[in-house]
Amino acid sequence: MTAPAPARKNPDAGVFDARRAREDFPILKTAAHGKPLVFLDSAASAQKPRQVIDAVAHVYEAEYANIHRGVYELSERTTAAFEDAREKTRAFLNAREAREIVFVRGATEAINLVAQSFGRAFLKEGDEIVLSALEHHSNIVPWQILRDMTGVVLRVAPVNDAGEIELEAYEKLLNARTRLVAITHVSNAIGTVTPIREIIRLAHAKGVPVLVDGCQAVPHQKVDLQALDCDFYAFSGHKLYGPSGIGVLYGKAEHLEAMPPYQGGGDMIRSVTFEKTDFNVIPYKFEAGTPHIAGAIGLGAAIDYLEGLGLADIAAHEQALLQHATARLSQVEGLRIVGTAAEKSSILSFTLAAAHPHDIGTILDGEGIAIRTGHHCAQPLMDRFCVAATARASFGLYNTTEDADALAEGLRKVLEIFG
Amino acid sequence: MFDLKDLYQEVIIDHSKRPRHFGKLAGQNREAEGYNPLCGDRLTVELIVEDGIVKDAAFEGAGCAISTASASLMTDMVRGKTEAEAQALFRQFQDLVTRNDPPTEDDLLELEKLAALAGVRAFPSRVKCATLAWHTLSAALDRRNAPVKTE
Repeated sequence: MTAPAPARKNPDAGVFDARRAREDFPILKTAAHGKPLVFLDSAASAQKPRQVIDAVAHVYEAEYANIHRGVYELSERTTAAFEDAREKTRAFLNAREAREIVFVRGATEAINLVAQSFGRAFLKEGDEIVLSALEHHSNIVPWQILRDMTGVVLRVAPVNDAGEIELEAYEKLLNARTRLVAITHVSNAIGTVTPIREIIRLAHAKGVPVLVDGCQAVPHQKVDLQALDCDFYAFSGHKLYGPSGIGVLYGKAEHLEAMPPYQGGGDMIRSVTFEKTDFNVIPYKFEAGTPHIAGAIGLGAAIDYLEGLGLADIAAHEQALLQHATARLSQVEGLRIVGTAAEKSSILSFTLAAAHPHDIGTILDGEGIAIRTGHHCAQPLMDRFCVAATARASFGLYNTTEDADALAEGLRKVLEIFG
Repeated sequence: MFDLKDLYQEVIIDHSKRPRHFGKLAGQNREAEGYNPLCGDRLTVELIVEDGIVKDAAFEGAGCAISTASASLMTDMVRGKTEAEAQALFRQFQDLVTRNDPPTEDDLLELEKLAALAGVRAFPSRVKCATLAWHTLSAALDRRNAPVKTE
C-alpha cells in the first residue's frame, strides 16, 4: 500500500518550478512604475522566453531567406526550419499529418479563413451555425460577415450562471439544418473549460463538423487533436509564449482539400496564366504570400520550450495557482468572481462593488500589476452576466503565489482609495 | 511621474460615488448617447436648452470613476451657460486632458472644479473616460442624433 501524497502547502513547490522558469523570461525582470512587474495578463498575450527570443534572432542573423523559392542553400535551410516548425506543431497537437497545419496570422485569421472558404463554398441561406455564449468576438464576427453574405443563421448555445455551456440546450440546437459548430475550448473572458469532447461527439452524431477556438486551451493543457476528432482547430502563437503575427489553423485534410483558397498570391499556386491558375496542394493552397517565417520558427521554439517543461506539470501548477488566487480574492470585500465553472483555466474575472474595472486596472498598474480590464472582446458574454466590463487576472507558467498575493494586496489599495 | 493621488483626487471620488444631476430630466429637449468602445461604457446626456442657454443638464449611465465624475462635474458646470460657452468649455477641457504641457494657474482657475481632472493627462488610456460625457454633451447641443463614440 502506498502512502498518500503529502499535502502541498506551497503550490509553487510541486514538480514544476515556476521560479526557475521565470528566469527564462527577461521581461519579468523589468519594472513598471518603479515596481517589480507582476504580469497577470497572459490570456491577452503571453511573455516570451529567452529560447523564443533567441530563435527569432537566430533566423534573422543566420538563417533568413524567402522560403519555397530559392535554389540556394540559405533559402533551403530557411525552408527546412519553417517546415520543421510545422512538423513540431503537428506533433505538439497530435495531428495526423503536417499538411493539416496551415500557418496563418493568428486564430482570428484562422476562423476568418474557415468562414470565407468553407463557409462561402459549402453553406447557403437557411443553413445554421451553432456558436456559444462564451465566444470571443473573433468567433462571432466572421460568422456574422458570412451570414450577411450568404443568409446562414447563427444559433447560440446558452451558458448557466456559472458560465458553463448548457449541453442539453446545445444538443437541441443541432438539427437537420446545422452545417457547422464553432465553439471555444476555453473562455478567454471567464476561464470556463468547455466539455469540448462531448460538444464534438454530439455534433458528429448528427454529421456536423466542428471548429474549435483553442487559443486559451493550447498554452494550458495537452491538446490531442486525434482524440478530440474536431474538424478545425485554431490558435495563436503569441498566447503560447511565441511571437505575435503567427498562428495555426488545423483542418482535417479532407476538408482542406475540398475548400477553395482563401487568398490568392504567391506560394499558393502551381502555375498561373492569365486564363487559369492551378492551386498548390494543402497546406500551401492557404498560405498565399511570404508568411511570418521567423514567427513560425519562433512558434516551433515555444513548442520545444513547453514540451521541455511538460504541459501536464504546467497545468498542475496553474491549477494550484488558480485555487490559491480564488481563495485570496474571495476574501476581498465586495469582490464577485464572474465565471465559476467547475472546470476552469487559470483565468480569474471579477468585479468590485466599490470600483469600476478600469479604476481597478489603473490603481493596480500603479503597483506594477498588469491585468486586463474591459469586455475582453466578449461583449455578448458580459451582457449575459449583466456587467459592462470585468477585471481579469490570468496566470501563466511563470506566475507564482506571490503574484496572486500581490494582486490581493493591490485590491486592498483599491478599496482604500474607494473605501 | 505616476501618482495615483493626482488622478483620484477627493473631488473625483466624491463625484463618482455621489454623482450630481444623475437621472432623467423631465422636459428635456436635447439628448445624446455616448459610447466608449474600449470599455463598453455608455452614458446619456439630457439637456433643457432655452433661448440658447443650458437651463438644466443631467446624465445617466454606468461608467468608471473618471467618466462618472467627469459627467457629474460637467453637468454642474454647464448649467446657466450659453450653448457657445458650453462648447468652448468642452474644447478647453479637452485641451486640459490631452495637452503635453501642464496647465497654467490661469487655466486651472478658469476651469474651476474641472481642474481636478487635469491629472488624467498622465494616463493616456483614461483620457477617453474623461471626455466621453463632453463629446456626448457636444453632440446633444449640436442635435447630432447618432450615438457618439470616443474612437
